[in-house]
Amino acid sequence: MSAAPTAPAADALTVSDLELAYRVRGHDRQVLRKLSFRIGRGESYGLVGESGCGKSTVALAAVRYLPRNGRIRGGQVLVDGRDLFKLGDSDLRQLRATTVSMVYQDPGRALNPSLRIGRQMGEIFALRGIGKAEAHDRAEAMLQRVRIADPRPVLHRYPHQLSGGMQQRVAIAMALSIEPKLLILDEPTTGLDATVEAEVLDLIARLRGEISTSVLFISHNLAVIARMCDRVGVLYAGTLVEEGATRDLFNDPRHPYTVGLLRCLPRRGRRKDHGRLDTIPGFLPAPGSVMQGCIFAERCALADDLCRRVEPDLVDLGGRHSRCHYHDKAPGLPRATPSDMAAPLAIAREQAPVLTVANLAKTFGSGLHRVRALSGVNLELWSGETLGLVGESGSGKSTLARVLLGLTAPDSDSRVELDGKALPGSTDDRNPEQVKALQIVFQNPDSALNRSHSVKGLIGRSLAKLAKVARGDRMARLVALTRAVRLADRYLSVRPRQLSGGLKQRVAIARAFAGDPRIIVCDEPTSALDVSVQAAILNLLADLQAERRVSYIFISHDLGTVRYLSDRIAVLYLGRLMEIGPAESVFNGPHHPYTEALLSAVPAIDGQSRERIRLEGEIPSAINPPSGCVFHTRCPRKLGEICELHEPPLLASEPGHEIRCHIPADVLAGLQHIAVDEKRFPSRLPK
Amino acid sequence: MNFFRVLCKRLLLSLITLWLLSLLVFAGGQLLPGDVGRAILGPLADARAVANLDHQLGTDRPLLVQYWDWISHFVTGDMSMSYLFRAPVAPFIATALMNSLKLAAVAFILVVPLSIFGGVWAALHVGRALDRIISVAGLSATVLPEFVTGIVLIMIFGVWLDWLPIGATWPEGSGPLTQIYYLILPSLPLVLVLFGYIARMARAGTIEALDADYTRTAVLKGLPRRVVLWRHVLRNALLPTITVIATQVGYLIGGLVVVEHLFHYQGIGGLIYTAARGRDFPMLEAGVLTVGIIFTLSTLTADLLYSALNPRIRFGAVE
Amino acid sequence: MSAPAETAGAADSSTLRTARHDRLRLLLRSVTFLAGMAIVLFWVGCALFGARLVPYDPYSGDLLNTLGPPTADNWFGTDQLGRDVFSRVIVGARDILTVAPLATLLGTLLGTALGLMAGYFRGVIDDVLSRIIDAVNALPLIIIALLALVALGTSNTTVVIVIGVIFAPIIARTVRAAVLSERELDYVGAARLRGENAFYIMFIEILPNIVPPILVETTVRLGYAIFTVATLSFLGFGIQPPSADWGLAISDSYGLIDGGFWWTVLFDAFAIASLVVGVNLVADGVQSAFET
Repeated sequence: MSAAPTAPAADALTVSDLELAYRVRGHDRQVLRKLSFRIGRGESYGLVGESGCGKSTVALAAVRYLPRNGRIRGGQVLVDGRDLFKLGDSDLRQLRATTVSMVYQDPGRALNPSLRIGRQMGEIFALRGIGKAEAHDRAEAMLQRVRIADPRPVLHRYPHQLSGGMQQRVAIAMALSIEPKLLILDEPTTGLDATVEAEVLDLIARLRGEISTSVLFISHNLAVIARMCDRVGVLYAGTLVEEGATRDLFNDPRHPYTVGLLRCLPRRGRRKDHGRLDTIPGFLPAPGSVMQGCIFAERCALADDLCRRVEPDLVDLGGRHSRCHYHDKAPGLPRATPSDMAAPLAIAREQAPVLTVANLAKTFGSGLHRVRALSGVNLELWSGETLGLVGESGSGKSTLARVLLGLTAPDSDSRVELDGKALPGSTDDRNPEQVKALQIVFQNPDSALNRSHSVKGLIGRSLAKLAKVARGDRMARLVALTRAVRLADRYLSVRPRQLSGGLKQRVAIARAFAGDPRIIVCDEPTSALDVSVQAAILNLLADLQAERRVSYIFISHDLGTVRYLSDRIAVLYLGRLMEIGPAESVFNGPHHPYTEALLSAVPAIDGQSRERIRLEGEIPSAINPPSGCVFHTRCPRKLGEICELHEPPLLASEPGHEIRCHIPADVLAGLQHIAVDEKRFPSRLPK
Repeated sequence: MNFFRVLCKRLLLSLITLWLLSLLVFAGGQLLPGDVGRAILGPLADARAVANLDHQLGTDRPLLVQYWDWISHFVTGDMSMSYLFRAPVAPFIATALMNSLKLAAVAFILVVPLSIFGGVWAALHVGRALDRIISVAGLSATVLPEFVTGIVLIMIFGVWLDWLPIGATWPEGSGPLTQIYYLILPSLPLVLVLFGYIARMARAGTIEALDADYTRTAVLKGLPRRVVLWRHVLRNALLPTITVIATQVGYLIGGLVVVEHLFHYQGIGGLIYTAARGRDFPMLEAGVLTVGIIFTLSTLTADLLYSALNPRIRFGAVE
Repeated sequence: MSAPAETAGAADSSTLRTARHDRLRLLLRSVTFLAGMAIVLFWVGCALFGARLVPYDPYSGDLLNTLGPPTADNWFGTDQLGRDVFSRVIVGARDILTVAPLATLLGTLLGTALGLMAGYFRGVIDDVLSRIIDAVNALPLIIIALLALVALGTSNTTVVIVIGVIFAPIIARTVRAAVLSERELDYVGAARLRGENAFYIMFIEILPNIVPPILVETTVRLGYAIFTVATLSFLGFGIQPPSADWGLAISDSYGLIDGGFWWTVLFDAFAIASLVVGVNLVADGVQSAFET
């Protein structure tokens, strides 16, 4: 392994036996344990792990910018061969100015809000003794390099005048200005829209070809890491549990944790009728807890006495490493969740739909500041089916959800019908049956669950108000409901903040089901959760649907999860329905160019490249939407004037599958046919 | 464009505030007392005398008429007659305002550099002993009533050490330096109150800016500490502090009732106190409304200053 | 069928501490809070039992011993009516510690109700309230109190009402801000989707979550109330003679300090200072405990 105290000078970064702790209320909480890895010259190394595993701390340690309460308790960090924690102040400054730079999440906050971009970039060059005029030219050249077409005006802007994607480009340009030997990217695309993320990732990949810098890429997203990195390290509770070449590690993982993580992901076109996703049982150990034996033993199906007693070393498996006593057995890790699932519901489309939405529109504001958040949306939802709702942020997904629920009233000429009867626009005007029929699972359970109420109170109140369960029967119903969402009885008396994210989301789901609703809107219910928890929640939603025949409107930006759960999919752009149809048809095409772009924005975990179409820029403002087809400003397949002048109608390309595009479906199929074959989205049966 | 919109909106809001304020003052001066004549003459006075006085003062007219009469004259600078001095109110207010401005200026010049330096310094040494001392001392100074600190300061500097004059009123015909000398002791209680307040803001702003991502960016660029501090930290940290300071100008000019009374200084606060004691409602109303106007103006200035200095408001996001 | 994920050993007892206990522990570890609390409790003790403990009758003076300097008999000396300053300082806690907390309580109740409504309903109620808050805030506390007290006449009751009513919009502003951010949270939407009415949402859903900022605001306001009552008494518009009161005593005697009779005001000044600082130390402690 690479933990040799004298690293070869060629390494851009060597971390050896790093022990790091945060001091919290007088106690040291160990964050990194015996962490060792190295990044060679020109290499791109990915560090992947779930939240709380310490990956960002690694990034901060690598530039010696720890929080006030952070302290190094052992080991060393060498950047370009120099021991970071032995450097004096001016040497450290010198190192930062010449050798290492960093880009992190939320570029809006990484740039100084009160200085123009030109000034912020200029000071990097000024530090190297470059005069003002030349610094300006160099800054302009750097912006060009990050593919900003017209850099001059950007230099005169303040950060808030740029979009998120632009801000991140500027941050990357700043980081690369010093031609660093080591570039650290800490979740650089998290929080950006998928299409923007794809652009930024493309950019980083291309720049890597141009500049021979080494990269430490940190992300929670396995697919992003798979796409961007040569080698990968998997971090669990501050410990490196597995490391190896990207392809080896993702195709043939040798640590039970990696195996489990990969199985949690709904990928390769996996769908709910293919069976449940696997999960990882248990919880991440609390930070600072003292562990004996293997750190993962508590959650590992392979664990035995040895694992609980003796901590395994990082075993060399010939160019790759695994911190497991039974690394040879890891690929055959028994499933934590059985795959079998109740037979999927047959959806009776010959019957009347539960929910009919006709000409739904929602306009915010008035006068000059009118925002058409939704316009002319027509939808039907049948009993027991899941309708997936996809689109970038600003596409109107959440507004549609809120309007259906009655939390926001739609424009007056909109029609929403439940079981053929008109549904009042506001929940306050709906009758108890109607209120009961539509419920929601919110994205963020911290926000959705009242933190002053106990779990019992939260669910119990819904039982009382919606299901009208009498006081005497309430406890029995409560217990039945919590068991249905696989929540142990002992959690009934606690308050939400004492629960983990996944448990909180179960409480929210139990509450949504309390009144036996007909329709549940799931608004990004898993996007705040780690993958291992996400899988369990998706399984639960699928199980409950099969048991109770509820319909879901499932909103997500993650196309993998949407595909897993949805029977039909609707694609929204600027508040308009661009495409709607059966999930498989929408995914397999022919599809709307926008859908095509969304699909090609998703990095595949297999790391294989595919034909891409990319969107230019970002979603336009809904205050002043483009004329004609609203997508024409970004459409890579734009025909010409017709797209700018006339809004195309939603036309059926096949029964039940409608596309809003001037290009006829068969031509689209022809255009996309080449792409479709190379695209790795055949629905494949589970292993 | 954006800034202009902010300007118009603030101006309008300030006007509404002032109008409400005038209602409030009117209510206090002519509505709450019920019978003004009775309130002036006391419970034992003869009913006829009271009615007479009411008529003479015009307080027996309908309230709306009274309000209109009062406010329409007020905006033209006619603040009606003082009951107490039997003379027009306006000249009294003008002189007093001038005096208050002098006192405020001395306090302001003393407190601003001191408190910003203290706050930033504490933030740069957060958690250390001196930070704690500055923080606790600042908090205590801010919360103590001015008459308490004033009394103690008088005892120390005026009586025991005998360095500074106890009264604020300088001899007739004194030059500016002598006037400032007389104003130092009265301004000290004000300095104490403001020191803690401004220093706390400066400290909090600096700590926030030090922890911000953009400061991390600046440090990781390899910039010298001095540049990081001046260009990146303080530029963002002191923005809210500047507005707080501008807001406090209002307090400094209008909030001096106690200090001016304690030091027998005829500023606007002292005038309000005299009017309150003498139940001189026209004087009281005029004084209070003047203070309110100054307050509103200084808040408005603070708002506009903030908007002008903050590029996020100066240049709205491009669409 | 059952996913072992959520039934296996999860949150152990150590993580089941409640937030409330955490805050209490933080408070009890805070030196500022404890020091402030000690001072405040001392004066509360004086207010409750002082009259029975003091060596002299604070209200009747010995006219043969006026303006006597501190001695073994009269620890803090005597005032111009020959009353024992020490006894009057101890007893002087009573009125101010009655008036100020009552005013704060009144302001908190009114302000919480107003703030809840403005923040929850928004619209016209909110606009009107916001403007009133601006107008009230455009005048220093002392000046607006002076105006009201001149108009209404001075008594302990009017002082309580005037300060309480002036505090209400200030507290309402804090409550409103807290409600506005709570309103954005999805639990409010979830409650509406259960068909809860506005009152239930305001008082059962939102109110418990904004207790911390209200508590912080109340302690801070208590400090201001004491400040204001003391100042008003000093100006002659607060607590009235013959009550023993610190502000009043200073007002009566501060003309004498030039003559060297410092004891007639210094102890009262220290009493006010210690109480105000004590309350604010408590407020500071509460604030840092609730804001982490």
